[in-house]
Amino acid sequence: MNRYPIWKYAILVVALLIGVLYTLPNFFGEAPAVQVSSAKATVKVDAAVLQRVEEALRAAGLSPDYVSLEGNSVRARFDTPDNQLKAKDAIQKALIPDPADPAYIVALNLVSRSPTWLSALHAQPMYLGLDLRGGVHFMLQVDMQAALTKKAESYAGDIRTALRDKNIRHGGISRDGQAVEIRVRDEATRTATSNLIADQFTDLQVVVTPDGAEFKLRASIKPEATRRVQEQALKQNITTLHNRINELGVAEPVIQQQGLDRIVVQLPGVQDTAKAKDILGRTATLEVRLVDESTEARAAERGQGAVPFGSERYLERNGQPVIVKKQVILTGENLTDAQPGFDGQTQEPTVNLTLDAKGARIFKDVTRENINKRMAIILFEKGKGEVVTAPVIRSEIGGGRVQISGRMTTMEANDTALLLRAGSLAAPMEIIEEFTIGPSLGADNIARGINSVVWGMLAIAAFMCVYYMLFGVFSSIALGVNVLMLVAVLSMLQATLTLPGIAAMALALGVAIDSNVLINERIREELREGVSPQMAIHAGYERAWATILDSNVTTLIAGLALLAFGSGPVRGFAVVHCIGILTSMFSAVFFSRGLVNFWYGGKKKLKSLSIGQIWKPGADGTTAVKPE
Amino acid sequence: MEFFRIKKDIPFMKHALVFNVISFITFALAVFFLFSRGLHLSVEFTGGTVMEVAYSQPADLAKVRSTVSGLGYGDDVQVQNFGTARDVMIRLPVQKGVSSAQQSEQVIGALKAADPEVTLRRTEFVGPQVGEELVHGGLMALAMVVVGIVIYLAFRFEWKFGVAAIIANLHDVVIILGFFAFFQWEFSLSVLAAVLAVLGYSVNESVVIFDRIREAFRRYRKMTTTEVIDHAITSTMSRTIITHASTEAMVLSMFFFGGPSLHNFALALTIGILFGIYSSVFVAAAIAMWLGVKREDLVKAQRKEGDPNDPNAGAVV
Repeated sequence: MNRYPIWKYAILVVALLIGVLYTLPNFFGEAPAVQVSSAKATVKVDAAVLQRVEEALRAAGLSPDYVSLEGNSVRARFDTPDNQLKAKDAIQKALIPDPADPAYIVALNLVSRSPTWLSALHAQPMYLGLDLRGGVHFMLQVDMQAALTKKAESYAGDIRTALRDKNIRHGGISRDGQAVEIRVRDEATRTATSNLIADQFTDLQVVVTPDGAEFKLRASIKPEATRRVQEQALKQNITTLHNRINELGVAEPVIQQQGLDRIVVQLPGVQDTAKAKDILGRTATLEVRLVDESTEARAAERGQGAVPFGSERYLERNGQPVIVKKQVILTGENLTDAQPGFDGQTQEPTVNLTLDAKGARIFKDVTRENINKRMAIILFEKGKGEVVTAPVIRSEIGGGRVQISGRMTTMEANDTALLLRAGSLAAPMEIIEEFTIGPSLGADNIARGINSVVWGMLAIAAFMCVYYMLFGVFSSIALGVNVLMLVAVLSMLQATLTLPGIAAMALALGVAIDSNVLINERIREELREGVSPQMAIHAGYERAWATILDSNVTTLIAGLALLAFGSGPVRGFAVVHCIGILTSMFSAVFFSRGLVNFWYGGKKKLKSLSIGQIWKPGADGTTAVKPE
Repeated sequence: MEFFRIKKDIPFMKHALVFNVISFITFALAVFFLFSRGLHLSVEFTGGTVMEVAYSQPADLAKVRSTVSGLGYGDDVQVQNFGTARDVMIRLPVQKGVSSAQQSEQVIGALKAADPEVTLRRTEFVGPQVGEELVHGGLMALAMVVVGIVIYLAFRFEWKFGVAAIIANLHDVVIILGFFAFFQWEFSLSVLAAVLAVLGYSVNESVVIFDRIREAFRRYRKMTTTEVIDHAITSTMSRTIITHASTEAMVLSMFFFGGPSLHNFALALTIGILFGIYSSVFVAAAIAMWLGVKREDLVKAQRKEGDPNDPNAGAVV
């Protein structure tokens, strides 16, 4: 009866093998590496970059363990930090000719030392949290009210323009909180205005209130549009943050949305919080200027002669110089949105800009006077300008909707729109949480965490072996398998391991042994009642199972509650806690039974079990409770 | 080896009243201290800045305190050793008008001026709005655990057991909080996690006993409810002690090797485990008895058991 069919052993062996395989990378430690990733949205890291890195290293006489392209970055691994630093310099020199304008980020990183065949199986070590590897963590709150106010402001301008276009005479338009208020004098105008808003501004809803003989129309943003505005604001802020963090040269930054209005930024390995904060909070500016089309300027563009007075020289992204006038027509403040799109007629990729009312008015005047001339959109960051695009003005552009088209691929249109948007934050942000963990503290935390798990486990295993003899050995092995499975699952999921996570691992083991104690005690009890050894094993496991299930489910309920409502360290705890409960059911019940069956299952005339001394109450002449 | 050689069922339930009185007094004391002293909440809940700095020599706390207070924080600054004599933890309140970044830079700058050997190990800044959410999240988690466990136990056993288990174990939670209030140990997020984990863990203890009670009701038809409960507690005694000792060994290992970050976490677990044994064994069973559990409550609701010949009945998850 205590035999597993062969397939069950097969499952055990396979599970064990997979467990070992995925746990393995955690033992190799980390090696110094140099990571090359793109610093600009328009620059792609591909096989060509890989080749250039390889060449640069060869030229510098450095032999990396390997150089490979992983996702969007090239990584080269080295044996010593010394070579790593040399390699960083060499690669930087080769890839970045102009340090003021880097196209790539060359950062120091640590990569797993595990052999490539393991990496090929996607077996990676656990992802360590900041409290274990050191770094900074920020939580930023996006001011959504400000984003909505900004949006309402731009609607106010748009409505004003639209009414003027249709020759509808209104008695004043103003922004009131996050709504637009329009005063009209008579019934006919009211209907016309309402219809116009219903037609052209589908995201707005209008409430009309009579105000003496006049009417007051209050147009507010619809709830679903509000949600969209907020989502876009958050996304734009994340994009902007991405671009800025790229400059820090962090190997693996984490920038994530959290909840509806928060962004978490984690920069592993960064210690200089001041600089990080400075960069996160900086604002880039966008300027629209006219291109200087004079003969001198044309000559200067070709590199012949000086830049004329009143103009400046900037580079386009492809490196071509453009001479633009110093006078600024519009700034990024007037640009409310930039989206990639397609021209309705030619099906060409386009970038569609939306300007606010003030911007639209200026833009209309400027375009009217400068047909067939070029304008340049320049992005300033760190006081350094770059021409994003310099299109030719074909006609007068009114209404604040600008379409840039021609000679663009879809990819370029996307990138340009991104760059234009990235110039500004959609809404202001505030740092509401910040942690810095020094690298030495991180290393200490790992050592402490591992020490507590190891010593705790040894203490439990020693006791189990003494108290339950062979069954204790089985239980201890099962406990070891539990750790193995837990680490394997965490590595597979690439869940972030934190110090509370290690604590949860220790606690999970402390709780997991409960299942084995329950089983062993049950078996002893059955033996005490005079049941045959084989029967006792069978009954012990079976009877204990219901209890084990019940108690694990209640513990799991607590774990899930923590997972659902916890944040930060509590979540890290909860993830490991829940996974630990699940793996413990596998190891303590299924696996330990497998061991017992393997050892005892085949023995037909089993006289006794090595489960420690069984003391029988009847043996020394007293009576005990017996089942009827 | 066998530690527990119990010849007869121990008549625990005879003394149920005594146990409940003891529980009630501890509980009342805990509540009293919670209200009179309050919890020493960590910066995660209150908002503010915590800095951990390390010196190469044992630090002169008085000097550190005066340096930091000199920056205009007055007496609100807490300076204490953290782990070793060389590590110092500084806790600053939230200051209007000064960002967290400036705060920590100012402080480390001033400390560096006083002693260039000092290094910054960790800073932590939490805005006040985050703290409120954490309290809210913590309470929601607690509510979910309570409701979830009562429902599960009501479904698996009977509502009386669910209520008994949750009352017994909530009283553990209050007692842990009482200890933290009395000794003014810092109550951080990880302690909160420990408290909720303890809740799940000690309910599990009650479940083991309830399981036995159900089994005994079925097997020993002539026993009274009190005898059944006594029998269940006695027969699980050995397992209870061994399991808890094992878990406690793990927790102690965290306490001694886990460093200061896990110190209070392990402390909360230790109190939770010790009181968990007591409350789930004596209090939960006693409450279930007062609520009037009967054989009929459990035996009529006999579940369909799995195939007894299936050796793998245990491995279905």
